[in-house]
Amino acid sequence: MNNSALVVGAGIAGIQTALDIADAGFKVYLVEKEPSVGGRMSQLDKTFPTLDCSACILTPKMVDVSRHPNIELLTYSEVAACRRNGEGFQVTVRKKPRYVDINKCTGCGSCAEACRLKGRVTDPFNAAMGKRAAIYVPFPQAVPLKYTVDPTQCVYLTRGVCGKTLLCKDACKANAIDFTQKEEFVELNVGAIVAATGFDPFNAALKPELGYGAYPNVITSLQFERLSSASGPTAGKILLDGKEPKHVAFVQCVGSRDQTTGNLYCSRVCCMITVKHAHLVKDKIHDATVTVFYADIRAFGKGFEEFYDRVRAEGVNYRRGYVSEIFKRDGKLVVRSEDTLIGKPIETTADLVVLSVGLVPRPETNALAKLLGLTNSADGFLAEAHPKMRPVDTAIDGVYLAGCAQGPKDIPDAVAHAKAAAAAVIVKLRQQMAHS
Amino acid sequence: MLRGEDFELVARDELWDCTTCSTCGLRCPKGVKAYDLIIGLRGQWIESGKIPTTLRAPLTATLNQGNPLVLPREDRSLWADGLNVKNVADGAAIALFTCCENAYDPRVQPMPRALVNVFRAANVDFGTLGLEEQCCGSEIRRIGESGLFEYLRDDNIEKFKAAGVKKMVTTSPHCYNVYHNEYGKHEFQVEHYTQTVAQLIAAGKLKFGKKFKATVTYQDPCFLGKQNGVYDEPRAILKAIPGVKFVDMDRARERSVCCEGGGGRMWLEGTNTKVRLANDRIAQALETGASVLATACPFCFLTLSDAVIATGNEEKIKVMDILQIANQVL
Repeated sequence: MNNSALVVGAGIAGIQTALDIADAGFKVYLVEKEPSVGGRMSQLDKTFPTLDCSACILTPKMVDVSRHPNIELLTYSEVAACRRNGEGFQVTVRKKPRYVDINKCTGCGSCAEACRLKGRVTDPFNAAMGKRAAIYVPFPQAVPLKYTVDPTQCVYLTRGVCGKTLLCKDACKANAIDFTQKEEFVELNVGAIVAATGFDPFNAALKPELGYGAYPNVITSLQFERLSSASGPTAGKILLDGKEPKHVAFVQCVGSRDQTTGNLYCSRVCCMITVKHAHLVKDKIHDATVTVFYADIRAFGKGFEEFYDRVRAEGVNYRRGYVSEIFKRDGKLVVRSEDTLIGKPIETTADLVVLSVGLVPRPETNALAKLLGLTNSADGFLAEAHPKMRPVDTAIDGVYLAGCAQGPKDIPDAVAHAKAAAAAVIVKLRQQMAHS
Repeated sequence: MLRGEDFELVARDELWDCTTCSTCGLRCPKGVKAYDLIIGLRGQWIESGKIPTTLRAPLTATLNQGNPLVLPREDRSLWADGLNVKNVADGAAIALFTCCENAYDPRVQPMPRALVNVFRAANVDFGTLGLEEQCCGSEIRRIGESGLFEYLRDDNIEKFKAAGVKKMVTTSPHCYNVYHNEYGKHEFQVEHYTQTVAQLIAAGKLKFGKKFKATVTYQDPCFLGKQNGVYDEPRAILKAIPGVKFVDMDRARERSVCCEGGGGRMWLEGTNTKVRLANDRIAQALETGASVLATACPFCFLTLSDAVIATGNEEKIKVMDILQIANQVL
């Protein structure tokens, strides 16, 4: 008999799945590879179409998982092996060394202040829009609020020496920093597993004609989230090199519905993300001109079409046509497109171009899929057992999917999918109890 | 449109604007190859018999003399005068294939001569097809003369077979592209010279003894870069040349801009003569601080060289084929 489940990935889908299973009275192990739970949603500023602050609706749930008596959080950890064990599974989880004793760390941040690399390490949480130290918490609301040493950046860990004395260690009053930590392995016996490993944003450099990587004022929609977020590198002001952009262009369908990248599917969220971003630009920079280049607008969800109408009434220009290239002329970005409604090529200059990038499967998910015996759909996301009748089941009995690991979803759909996965797990665990 | 219903082709002169650089097709998210439609429409026009004046002589000469420059077939090998290059038919590992431009036009004849020197410096066993060599048909197909293209293709494949060609190295990206992608199934392997020379350098078989002291930038030929993804090899050669300080233009590689020499544009003006992309390219090359604009295509060399003169920049920048630079430092 087994009264427990494993949830892999602690974004909004994994968090919701874990909370529902735990509330039903079962033990949940929630494994997250990053130092904090929260996932992609923690990187977002506002959420469409209601413009709730993402952190405000996510953070309480992050705290809930950390305090729930039935949830055991395994952050900075990954699934290393998985074997069938009766009706359930025996799972090996690798806990990566944080080089910080989380029982001692108070999260005060003195170590990061003292770090030799303070303000010099590219910050992935800020989508490379900001810098941090080599010892860090990904964001101020992190759960657990414990520091982690970045092993790829830390001078001591990469070179074996960091000056005469370790500045972080000297600064830590709690004596929590411990460079002798090694990785640990934890064995778990669970009755069911949920893969909630999420998505990656499409790598815009794969569309070189759009100038991402070549021009610093061509950014992705995730980078825009960080620029617009109060916890971001500009404290929520839309600034590039300290200046407010006055002409902002958005490009839809970057890496979605595109044979040249092999991503034939619609990513389902980018249209509305851009509607939201266009509104945020208008809200924060009143005299800005905002142009959105689109192929089709897919405003299918509750309140979406109304939100799209609202931003157009705010003066956002929508021009139908794919952008063929973005280049620099006389020091300004030129967005070249065809307006397919008037049948003419058009050029627009811009101070800031935001590429509305699609959602792609995380490469790490494939490693997990191998361990669990899962398969991929044609689009590369994890395959469900039946596209209509079994949307959270997989070909493996006892393994379920939640959220964007199965395919692109917005937050309400990811939460609904997560709750469905939790229900499936609860049914499975109940059946196992009945068998025993 | 291709069926000609409700669409009068002749006098739609903008059909000749397209350089067939293929960027439209490469960027289309739905895989629509607009340039193929344009080539098809040109074919309808050509078939109607109302062939644009400046195309008549090149097309006739390609059929009769094997080149669109309207020069005699027996002069094909004059570029190699005094070099004693053997014939592939006498046994050689590599067939050096010269573009018609390289074979006949004195402005670009130095390129195959330079390639002969480079090959000899690296002890490459090579020969030419001699007077058996003729036009590859790349631009003929793009003008819309598909019948003549098919004749050239079949005739060439037979000639290569008869001469025992196993591996061919072309001086022009256009010949490379047509052999690589449009000749259907054939038994010989084909490379553009930048690929071969880059391999020779990487294998340590080709070494440069002298210096070429200059800041050099590079124009990606569309038929080499965008259409075949050969971006690194030309740059690898330039970077291997002692003294060269290599700088890319802002618009390079996948983001490069056509010189307007392809797709039959060597013989036809488009309708928008006010915009000259080659002139823009010279301005962009000058922005990098380069004194040499290198390229690896006879069409690019000619259009860009003209643009240097047209923009009055002869004192500031010089167009050179990578082969000319390599030849100088052997």
